[in-house]
Amino acid sequence: MIKQIVFTAALLITIIIFFYTISTIIKKIRLTKPYPIKDFGKRFVLLLKVAVAQSTILRRPVVGFMHALVFWGFIIILFGSIEIVFDGISGNERTFAFLGPIYNIVIGLGDLFAYIIFLCIIAFLVRRIFMHISRFQGVEMKAVSHRDANISLLLIMILMVTLMGTNIFYIVLHPEGYSGYFPISAYLAPVFENMSGNTAYFWHEVNWWLHILLIFFFANYLPYSKHFHVFMSLPNVFLSRLESLGKLDTMKNVLREVRYMLNPDETPDISTEVPGLFGVKDVNDATWKNYFDALTCTQCGRCTDVCPANITGKKLSPRKIFIDFRKRMDEIGPKLIKNGAEFTDSKSLVRNYISEEELWACTTCNACAKECPVNINHPTLIVDMRRYLVMEESSAPGLLNNMFAHIENNGAPWQYSAEERMKWAENLK
Amino acid sequence: MSNKELKVPVMADVFAQGRTPEYLFWVGCAGAYDDRYKKVTRAFAKILLHLNVDFAVLGNEERCTGDPARRAGNEMLYQMMALTNIETLNAYKIKKIITICPHCYNIFKNEYPDLGGKYEVIHHTQFLKEMLELNKLKAVNDELKERLVTYHDPCYMGRANNEYDCARSLLDNMGVKNIEMRRHKSFALCCGAGGAQMFKEAEPGHKEVFIERTEEALETGAKTIVTSCPFCMTMITDGLKYKNKEEQVVNYDIAEMIVQSLGL
Repeated sequence: MIKQIVFTAALLITIIIFFYTISTIIKKIRLTKPYPIKDFGKRFVLLLKVAVAQSTILRRPVVGFMHALVFWGFIIILFGSIEIVFDGISGNERTFAFLGPIYNIVIGLGDLFAYIIFLCIIAFLVRRIFMHISRFQGVEMKAVSHRDANISLLLIMILMVTLMGTNIFYIVLHPEGYSGYFPISAYLAPVFENMSGNTAYFWHEVNWWLHILLIFFFANYLPYSKHFHVFMSLPNVFLSRLESLGKLDTMKNVLREVRYMLNPDETPDISTEVPGLFGVKDVNDATWKNYFDALTCTQCGRCTDVCPANITGKKLSPRKIFIDFRKRMDEIGPKLIKNGAEFTDSKSLVRNYISEEELWACTTCNACAKECPVNINHPTLIVDMRRYLVMEESSAPGLLNNMFAHIENNGAPWQYSAEERMKWAENLK
Repeated sequence: MSNKELKVPVMADVFAQGRTPEYLFWVGCAGAYDDRYKKVTRAFAKILLHLNVDFAVLGNEERCTGDPARRAGNEMLYQMMALTNIETLNAYKIKKIITICPHCYNIFKNEYPDLGGKYEVIHHTQFLKEMLELNKLKAVNDELKERLVTYHDPCYMGRANNEYDCARSLLDNMGVKNIEMRRHKSFALCCGAGGAQMFKEAEPGHKEVFIERTEEALETGAKTIVTSCPFCMTMITDGLKYKNKEEQVVNYDIAEMIVQSLGL
């Protein structure tokens, strides 16, 4: 009974903290601009392909497959974790065992995956700590990023070890027969068969409690860490931008002005929103989807690793854009919530976090967006910030201003007149 | 081949005769003004004339699509260009556009529809591939046979629009041997000119993107670097000059190779 009370209390505390965290995030989301979501059918297909089948992460087959194993393992093990919660509240053992063969299969796979994930995590830690992986480096990768990664990996490793322990000592405690199927643990359990019943019980309890309390801790640690993708990746993929990577969104507030400019007799359409700021200067000028992207980014660096600007030593790093976005939201968000949308700390995402030099280095080649395993779209946000620089501040590199002038004056980005457009066809034979 | 001067039909003239050609050939600014890419425009026009395709060009009425302005953040200028172009295109009742520029292709296909410009848009590699499939085009090139080439994917055909295969299938049909670069298809490295980079100096770094890409192309050992984008063409040409390879290695657009195959 005491066990049930302690467990339920721990669960409630976990849930309360978790919902508090989520509510602060929702408040920050409310500061951002709308981004409409439709085509739910397409989104489910995308979710199956990119998230469940891990299609993008498998573009790097070896390490991608290891990640996929961890992901698939998590999904299977989640079943067992839910059972543990039921066991803990009810005081029963193996509550879901009544499911019979299905139970045996799921628990059996979970046992297998515990060992597989354990090995993958060891490999990941070795990669991070002992191997020089270029995409784990970069100016935006501060000590905290590396610590965060190692803590998350270590936590997952302990979670797997305690799951193995729970399974092994459960088998030891039930020599006469048990529910579920444990392909690996059953093989290891005989090592402990001479252990006294009490000792086995003690180790079972230690593993069981450590396992579930770490899950509770992990759930509340994740939203504050770069590893939030454990929760965010599925929704973020589901809410992906569905347009082709080549498409930029039309700015409605600009269209209103342009239509009026081209046809002054036309009465401006007052039904559309009054033109606000053109482009994105700070986090609250961006959409909630941009913020979702920032929360989901786990700093894997696949984007930066394929960025032509970054590869050739320019300052731009697509990963940094979203790390900066999240940092800036953490800085200004609470102040905006407290003091209202008009509040300013005379800082902004553009310049204080992301320099013009970074923004102008992008070739919009979409290599970053193509590579992101959680469908973050970097180029549209980069262009949105350029829009702010150009349309609000007229702050573009001089040569681009020349290009704009040529297009305005003679309809081509170079200084040639339209009369010369057919020169190529002269003396065609 | 023949010494007869070829006449490229201009939309205003054709329309004045009361006809609407099936295709508009959108030349693009690079196709009209860039000396290197003018050769590609000429090559593709020759193919169209050779195939008796019912087409016309806008000539002096063509304007920049607004792509470089848009990607440099000047949405206002982009929309003005787009609305102006859409007015011209719609006045001529244009339904199908063939273009030799992936940036124009992308903007017509994905971005003009938002502003009311809806057309069937075809990149010249897609058009040539279709002609090949209809047996209207001979691609086999005895002169180029067994030549080692490498194809550079333009970002705005590849990742932006998932078009990787037309150019490769044309190359296969020519009989050349296409050796892929390490980064190709959806993994392809940008030439460095997209997103309005064509019109500005690169930011400081330890290398220019076009050099990185040209080196990768040269590593394949190919003697011909094939592209299908005017900006990529400029970048690779510059890269070859930088590497002092312009004597040994050439870069062609697919259309130019087809002209060779056809002996035009």
